[in-house]
Amino acid sequence: MSLDLRIPMGLMFTLVGVILTAFGLRTNGSPIYAGIKGLDINLWWGLVLLVFGLTMFLLGRRSQKRLAKLPPEQAEDADVRRGH
Amino acid sequence: MTNLHSVDWLIMLLYFVFVLGIGFALKRYMKTSKDFFQAGRALPAWICGLAFISANLGAQEVIGMGASGAKYGLETAHFYGIGAIPAMIFVGIFMMPFYYGSKARSVPEFLRMRFDEKTRALNACSFAVMTVFSSGISMYAMARLIQVLHVFDGLFSMFGWNPDGIFTFAIFLSAVIVLAYIFLGGLTSAIYNEVLQFFLIIAGFLPLVLLGLRNIGGWSGLKASVPLQYMHEWKGVEHASTNPMGIEIIGLGMGLGFVLGSGYWCTDFLVIQTAMASKNMESARRVPLIAAVPKMLFPFLVILPGLLAIGLPTPHTTTVVSRTADGAIIHNITVVSTQAEEGKGLVPAKINPVTGKAMLDTNGNPILDYDMATPNMLLHFFPTGILGLGLTALLASFMSGMAGNVTAFNTVFTYDLYQSYIHKGGTDRHYMAVGRWATVGGILLSIATAYAAINFNNIMDTLQLVFSFVNAPLFATFLLGMFWKRATGHAAFSGLIAGTATAMLHHGLTLPMLAHPGIHGGWIAVLHTYHSDMAQNFWTAIWAFSANFIVTVVVSLCTKPKPESELVGLVHSLTPKPKRPANEPWWERPEVLALAVLVGAIALNIFFY
Repeated sequence: MSLDLRIPMGLMFTLVGVILTAFGLRTNGSPIYAGIKGLDINLWWGLVLLVFGLTMFLLGRRSQKRLAKLPPEQAEDADVRRGH
Repeated sequence: MTNLHSVDWLIMLLYFVFVLGIGFALKRYMKTSKDFFQAGRALPAWICGLAFISANLGAQEVIGMGASGAKYGLETAHFYGIGAIPAMIFVGIFMMPFYYGSKARSVPEFLRMRFDEKTRALNACSFAVMTVFSSGISMYAMARLIQVLHVFDGLFSMFGWNPDGIFTFAIFLSAVIVLAYIFLGGLTSAIYNEVLQFFLIIAGFLPLVLLGLRNIGGWSGLKASVPLQYMHEWKGVEHASTNPMGIEIIGLGMGLGFVLGSGYWCTDFLVIQTAMASKNMESARRVPLIAAVPKMLFPFLVILPGLLAIGLPTPHTTTVVSRTADGAIIHNITVVSTQAEEGKGLVPAKINPVTGKAMLDTNGNPILDYDMATPNMLLHFFPTGILGLGLTALLASFMSGMAGNVTAFNTVFTYDLYQSYIHKGGTDRHYMAVGRWATVGGILLSIATAYAAINFNNIMDTLQLVFSFVNAPLFATFLLGMFWKRATGHAAFSGLIAGTATAMLHHGLTLPMLAHPGIHGGWIAVLHTYHSDMAQNFWTAIWAFSANFIVTVVVSLCTKPKPESELVGLVHSLTPKPKRPANEPWWERPEVLALAVLVGAIALNIFFY
């Protein structure tokens, strides 16, 4: 299977992270956070997801690049051995 | 009332785009029926492992475990520590070599190889019915929840549509999305999306638990706000009358751990299919063990929201002044409904729609709508933005439960019913087309079930009931089949029938306390009363398992066994030990992983004692 799941998944979480972080920055100190003692959960959780998404994406990209460099049968072998 | 803003919709939309995008991206890899039904048997272990638990992470898990957490407290964690983990270790270490090594394409097909045609037919038919039923229940639960949470109300009023259509809209929306990505990418697509959903569920529920704990005053604050026995998993479990679930140690260990848990995790093709999709035997064996690691931590994610919901103060009428992003000041007067005021914490009471008053049980206490515990937590703690993420996670959990059922259904239908009894010897392309159309058929049947399911209330209890009729006797068949070479096909078949019949009989003759004869049992006569419906389910399972075990052994001894040469690779004593890959590091060995999981599970049980 040549589609590495980490690439689309990383991309999605990066985007969700960006959206939440941006929204959190814009609404920092807003009364929508009154119910949770003023904690800007959008900003903080957005950053967490951003880091997670980018890590996934980069890991997926790196392994795909490495596979592309190898000749086909070796790539197959490396793929099996490394667990993707 | 939920007020969703564009940022919430954006997150939800993003998820739908990616889910469908994965389906489209995988379409070009679907060349043979093996690609479509078995993901080409080429996926890495970690993906299959996460899909293994995600397939089970449907309505009964997220909503049901939250409900159970609110109703019984931490004792619910037994569904993990006793119900799931040991069975997952067992299937990985002892059973996967036969499932994967036999090259069977489905669990019913394994039964045909080990036993005979009629055992397979029986299992395939009952399994097909069960998957459609579960997926329908999942769909129904989601549509009802969307209705209750008013998720689409804003959308509907914007377009001037009749809000009565929300239920139908929700059902068709989820059905079309799940259908599209399975139709395009088969099992690979379902598995990839299950992994995506797995991470999304964590992303949506982890902040909920953290916020809930922060607001209630941490772990000690939670301890102070719920009754003492809610915080213990094992206390009072020696006797049914001294713990919230009304179960005792034998029913728990035997019924939940040995029979129901194993019946599900070791024999249900819904979860086994993900392990069978992995790329080699060692990976296949690691799949359930990898799955067990996050599974151990799931009580924190799905049970705690329910427990927090019951521990929080019951809401009163309040006025909240808030300012939107464009500067408008909004006075939000929350008039607390009878539903919430009669409830406990954030768990609302059930309201009689005719009188508008809370429904009361036989002791005069309001009946609580526990299924709302987790959803209400989301609404209570999540501000706009992350609320979109939380609701998307909830939708994702319903879809992943549904998708697992649908892929299991299309495989069993195509290989075990269509190819075996309707049209033999077709081309591979033909069976792939049949699989795609079986997906459509399965989803249509689920939709029908969803509309029929409107009469059922507690989703998890209903599902447990069905599982105990069909699945409980099943584990005895697999156990004897894999570990006793003498077991015969006639015996397996009659054992299964006897097991299911015994389950029904037991259910018809017993009743949980405070329940009326009918759907809860006692529809023949009431010979015995259990402390709770949970205890009754566990004992139904024990009886069904025992009946199957005894009948299978007795009939086996009276019938002619299969020649040993036909059982190589299917029975433990006749199968050579698999060779280990030479360069495998010791810590990647399934046995080592299993031991680590076991130690972790025991540690958690001690922590929650």
